[in-house]
Amino acid sequence: MSEHIVIVGGGTGGTVLANRLADKLGAEIDSGDVQVTMVTDSQDHVYKPIWLYVPFGKKDPADARRPVAELVDRRVDITYDRVTGIDTDDKQLSLADGPAMAYDHLTLAMGVELVPDEVPGLKEGGHHFYGEDGATELRDAMAEFTEGHLVLSVIGVPHMCPAAPVEFVLMADDWLRKRGVRDDVEITYTYPIQRAHGIQSVADWATEEFEEKDINVQTFFNADEVDPEEKVLHSMEGKELDYDLLVGIPPHTGSELVTEAGLGDGGWVDVDKHTLEATAAEDVYAIGDVADVPTSKAGSVAHYEAGTVADRIASKVRGQVPTATYEGKTVCFIEAGMDEATFVEFAYGNEPTVRPASTPVHWAKLGYNESYWLTARGLL
Amino acid sequence: MSETMEPDITVDSRGATCPGPLMDLIGKVKQSDPGTVIELQTSDDSSKSDVPDWLDEAGHNLLEVVDQGDYWSVYVETA
Ligand SMILES: Cc1cc2nc3c(=O)[nH]c(=O)nc-3n(C[C@H](O)[C@H](O)[C@H](O)COP(=O)(O)OP(=O)(O)OC[C@H]3O[C@@H](n4cnc5c(N)ncnc54)[C@H](O)[C@@H]3O)c2cc1C
Repeated sequence: MSEHIVIVGGGTGGTVLANRLADKLGAEIDSGDVQVTMVTDSQDHVYKPIWLYVPFGKKDPADARRPVAELVDRRVDITYDRVTGIDTDDKQLSLADGPAMAYDHLTLAMGVELVPDEVPGLKEGGHHFYGEDGATELRDAMAEFTEGHLVLSVIGVPHMCPAAPVEFVLMADDWLRKRGVRDDVEITYTYPIQRAHGIQSVADWATEEFEEKDINVQTFFNADEVDPEEKVLHSMEGKELDYDLLVGIPPHTGSELVTEAGLGDGGWVDVDKHTLEATAAEDVYAIGDVADVPTSKAGSVAHYEAGTVADRIASKVRGQVPTATYEGKTVCFIEAGMDEATFVEFAYGNEPTVRPASTPVHWAKLGYNESYWLTARGLL
Repeated sequence: MSETMEPDITVDSRGATCPGPLMDLIGKVKQSDPGTVIELQTSDDSSKSDVPDWLDEAGHNLLEVVDQGDYWSVYVETA
């Protein structure tokens, strides 16, 4: 009987993991001792960081899509279906269209879901760049926006890519300057806690950048209602902000499947932060945005975690004791305008250092976006 | 006192680092009716200052902070 390794999700984490497993367990797959299956509900793999550039007309959402089948090693079976239930006692998954699928080792990499409905009026009154359609609509709104109040509100954390909202306002500032209309636009950035970002050093850096660029900051601002008629954003703290163009980072949740399977609260899988093994079930791992670990919801995290889980599963399949661990390594590039960027690198318990922004780092970020397709294939 | 305080809701944020516990609390406050007593369990030291600061800002009441040894229970009543 062959051992069945199943991965749910064909995004960053799932794709890197599938390719790493194919690479590590190639001989066992060829001999029929191991089968690797990816179950994903979309024919396309989506590289979300591209969406940040769409509102400024620098990229098209099509640039973010590639067929999953082109990126995944041919030794991995792909099932295009939606997982609708996880039974960790019987070790099987229910699928929307196909028969139940049994597994010996399961990795959950379903990413996050956006829940804009949690904030009344947000869908009608706000824009965002956290989805394909949102990014395209925001591009059209930005093209017409030449005066008034641009408000970017971070509504709840955690959210994907903690740097992206900071990047968006710094890019918007520069983009509006280059278009000659910055003097007619007021920009305000809001954040739910008492500083401009969850990570202290990024908050300090961003606050200085914002001050220099005349961007207002409102902290302890938890948006709880949008009035699309009056164009007012209300917060739980009783504050109000008038806006002309609202960019809201929508609230996120993990996957309902996770809560239903008893694997963690709020849809986030409760895992050991080093082994990425689920605390509530045997032979279940979680990587990427759906895993509850104390670091950022970033593609780099999904990528490094996939490497750890590939090593651990390969060791188990071979009857060895798994020793690979994930130490919280996170790397984030941060755009500081339209042609300058910086980056941060940190691990569990570390505070990152933010270096001054520069043009070469901006080009490095753009270069990375191009070479991402090699990363997903497991080549980088 | 703390031993007898019966929260309506308990939010277990032990193990989460800043700003996790505060955000977990904010999420629960958002869903709660006025007068709800929430116990926030946190092992993150900074919660002892950032939670009271937010409660002040948002107008909710801090009832008590109890040292439980390896974590703190922060009792809050929504306004
Ligand atoms: C605007 C923006 C900018 C970003 N910029 C950066 C950046 O610069 N750097 C960085 O590191 N990160 C960045 N990120 C974050 C990064 O995109 C995510 O952290 C990363 O994609 C997480 O990978 P994942 O594998 O967990 O989830 P995803 O890549 O989201 O993949 C999840 C997959 O699961 C599938 N799926 C979901 N539910 C089911 C189901 N029930 N059954 C079957 N399949 C399912 C989905 O179709 C998808 O294929 C950015 C994100 C956004 C939105």
